Amino acid sequence: METPENNKVNAPAGAAPAAGARPAAVRPAAPAAPAQPAKNLCEPKTVEPAALRKEMERLRRDEQMDFLECLTGMDWGEEGGLGVIYHLESTATGKRVALKTATTDREHPYLPTVSDLWDIANIYEREVYDFYGIIFTGHPDMRRIFMREDWVGFPFRKDSNPEKDNPLRMTNEPLTDLAPCYTLEADGTVRRSETPIFGEDDYVVNLGPQHPSTHGVLHFRIKLEGETIKKVDPILGYIHRGVEKLNESLTYPQTLALTDRLDYLGAMQNRHALCMCIEQAMGVEVSERVQYIRTIMDELQRIDSHILFFSCLCQDLGATTAFLYGFRDREKILDIFEETCGGRLILNYNTIGGVMADIHPNFVKRVKEFIPYMRHNIQEYFDVFINNVIFRNRAEGVGVLSKEQVISFGCTGGTGRASGWHNDVRKRMPYAMYGKVDFKEITRTEGDSFARCMIRMDEILESLNIIEQLIDNIPEGPFQEKMKPIIKVPEGTYYSAVEGSRGEFGVLLESRGDKFPYRLHYRSTGLPLVAVMDTACSGNMIADLITIGGTVDYVVPDIDR
Amino acid sequence: MFDFSIVSQWIHGLLTSVMPEWAAVLIECVLVALVIITLYAVFAIALIYFERKVCAFFQCRIGPNRVGKWGLLQVFADVFKMLTKEIINMRNSDRFLHNLAPFLVIVASMLTFSCLPWNKGAHILDFNVGVFFLLAASSIGVVGILLAGWSSNNKYSLIGAMRSGAQIISYELSIGMTMLTMIALTGTMQLSEIVQQQADYGWNICRGHIPAIIAFLVYLIAGNAECNRGPFDLPESESELTAGYHTEYSGMHFGFYYLAEYLNLFITAGIATAIFLGGWAPIYFPGLDGFNDVMAYIPGIVWFVGKTVVVVFLLMWMRWTFPRLRIDQILSLEWKYLVPISMLNLVLMALVVAFGVHF
Repeated sequence: METPENNKVNAPAGAAPAAGARPAAVRPAAPAAPAQPAKNLCEPKTVEPAALRKEMERLRRDEQMDFLECLTGMDWGEEGGLGVIYHLESTATGKRVALKTATTDREHPYLPTVSDLWDIANIYEREVYDFYGIIFTGHPDMRRIFMREDWVGFPFRKDSNPEKDNPLRMTNEPLTDLAPCYTLEADGTVRRSETPIFGEDDYVVNLGPQHPSTHGVLHFRIKLEGETIKKVDPILGYIHRGVEKLNESLTYPQTLALTDRLDYLGAMQNRHALCMCIEQAMGVEVSERVQYIRTIMDELQRIDSHILFFSCLCQDLGATTAFLYGFRDREKILDIFEETCGGRLILNYNTIGGVMADIHPNFVKRVKEFIPYMRHNIQEYFDVFINNVIFRNRAEGVGVLSKEQVISFGCTGGTGRASGWHNDVRKRMPYAMYGKVDFKEITRTEGDSFARCMIRMDEILESLNIIEQLIDNIPEGPFQEKMKPIIKVPEGTYYSAVEGSRGEFGVLLESRGDKFPYRLHYRSTGLPLVAVMDTACSGNMIADLITIGGTVDYVVPDIDR
Repeated sequence: MFDFSIVSQWIHGLLTSVMPEWAAVLIECVLVALVIITLYAVFAIALIYFERKVCAFFQCRIGPNRVGKWGLLQVFADVFKMLTKEIINMRNSDRFLHNLAPFLVIVASMLTFSCLPWNKGAHILDFNVGVFFLLAASSIGVVGILLAGWSSNNKYSLIGAMRSGAQIISYELSIGMTMLTMIALTGTMQLSEIVQQQADYGWNICRGHIPAIIAFLVYLIAGNAECNRGPFDLPESESELTAGYHTEYSGMHFGFYYLAEYLNLFITAGIATAIFLGGWAPIYFPGLDGFNDVMAYIPGIVWFVGKTVVVVFLLMWMRWTFPRLRIDQILSLEWKYLVPISMLNLVLMALVVAFGVHF
């Protein structure tokens, strides 16, 4: 704790610098172990692999569990086996359920697929296969998703040694054109078959990985007929950093540093989610002041992200002037962030038990200046771009997603709300100050690109309303709870979610009581948005893919993690 | 008004007095070619600088301001950079066609450039079928674009070239139709004659009133599409096709496309000036003799370039305001709206001329 290096990493936990600066800000020590079970503790019901299909079909059909919120691969060791945790939710009743299943066969781990029940399970199960080697029988496309095709072994298994099996390769990554499929025969054996992804005579164009409109290092293989798109095959993982794996060898305060680097336009919310998950698991109550600050920061971050959404959409559609209008206004938010956090993109602000530093003396004044400024300037966005007939023609009726599709693909956030799905975590599971402020959940019913754009514009105004309600009433109090120097989370599985800039950002934490997490999984907000691209784009033109990709609004570091 | 043909005849007389006629013509040809190339480069550089500054002010920016006073030398620096860059030959590309394509584009652009009437008596190519020649020459450019896309061995380039071909060939129809409308009014296809008439009787856009104004607007839209500039820049739409048909070009081969794009902008505006806005003819109000005398003192070339720059500014304004159209929208705009409108407009103009209800 005394070495400078430790001090830097553990500053929020140690609270030594903070305490020195503001003695009043320190409270008596938080209780080490909670008296009652943690708010976010989830106790998944165990289901045997053989019974899984039947149970899942029952939940999907009879109990209307139409939203597969999260699907997490797990390695519970030799006796626990390799398994999966499923989080399901019924959008009609709001009922939530968690299930888990596992197989102890580490050589040939087979589990039945659920990709025919929920569309999003297709890509989630590929992720689990990639990391844990669990083969989902009946899954149509068991390719790797983030790792290279020639990767040896499965990196997230606790017994794997990626360094030994996978030296730095100096060759290009081979891309397979065959999708393997494993089917469970009646006699219990598993048969492997392969189906080609593209036919011999297909005209396939690569969009990315270096392309101005994929908003990062994303790669689409597109089958074209003339200018019409027939199929989109996303290739992911170009900036996969193994954040989840890294977390398993980092202490809790250290894991915080990586969340800002997932969805860099939702840095505040991501870190908020992780801090909240750990705090709730430990039973720590943060002060009201911290809740206010976190809520305001989250909303500022949301405005920041939505302005950038608008700017990038303009740029994608060739309206460079409107693009710079957005950047002009985003600059104001970044200046506000910079004063308080010191950073503009990577903010490093939330900590376990509070925030890194109290708000800057100018903060309230600057935010109050910003609210009318933004309300005035958003009108310009409408004048120069959104009400333009060319944009209307390019966005209206393009890439329509029905409510059933967005739920099945788990497209939360603005993309889901544009199709009429009420999925706002701030309303579903209120956290921080969201239960106490008065705000509307913006939804539309059209589900086209234009609706997705308008959702974001209206959310900017709604976020301004939330900030306006809070900014004058920030209560006095400590900005950082006193935490123990070494943070340990009680044993259990915990799930917390916040409304990120582009959907539900969830944190699944499994702890074995150590100072390191046993498993930390992030529910990516962007992965479902990429998964839905094939459905949204097929039958449209290349230019529409740009519009659709721009309006579903994915951020690649969040997808690849 | 100063007649430039006095100068050219004086030079011709001077040369023929010391050498046979064929040698004099040869020397004159070389001189004229040098003048064209120099003007071409100078105008391209001026336009690039102009566009950068204009777009910067539209976008709440300052634009180039580091190299030279007000960034004046920025474009020279860029051209110099482009000249020194390596020309890369792509593997599996059709080497011959790949290298030929930029020259076709630049030749088409230069031929069209030579048709502009700069001043009274100052035109380089001036036939009695001038407008016809102009349309023919400008459409060579599309061959260069198609070849570039085909020979690059790049799918993006090919899609860009195909888009470009469909777009340019479609919009040529509207351009031809609006030209025809104005020819119906003027009764001649010779550009110098068209401008001379306007100097005598008033600008065509006023003489032909309603049909001429409609033709002018259609021409501006179609002309913008011919130049592949926003909102019609989808052959090279960078957010979809990275750079479209010229993705695989580097160095001066790319530079040729770049120059041709800006010069085509100038040419489009120049033709609009010559045919609709009186070319080098000064502004003239009947009755205001003092004012008209002052205006007549300003040289014709200043009038021509001045009017052209105004039209160029209009086109830039369009480019930096609108988002890009989609290929099917571009084609339906042309075939469903502009072509029928310009056809009806031609009939209207024919009626106006037949009944003599123009000024």
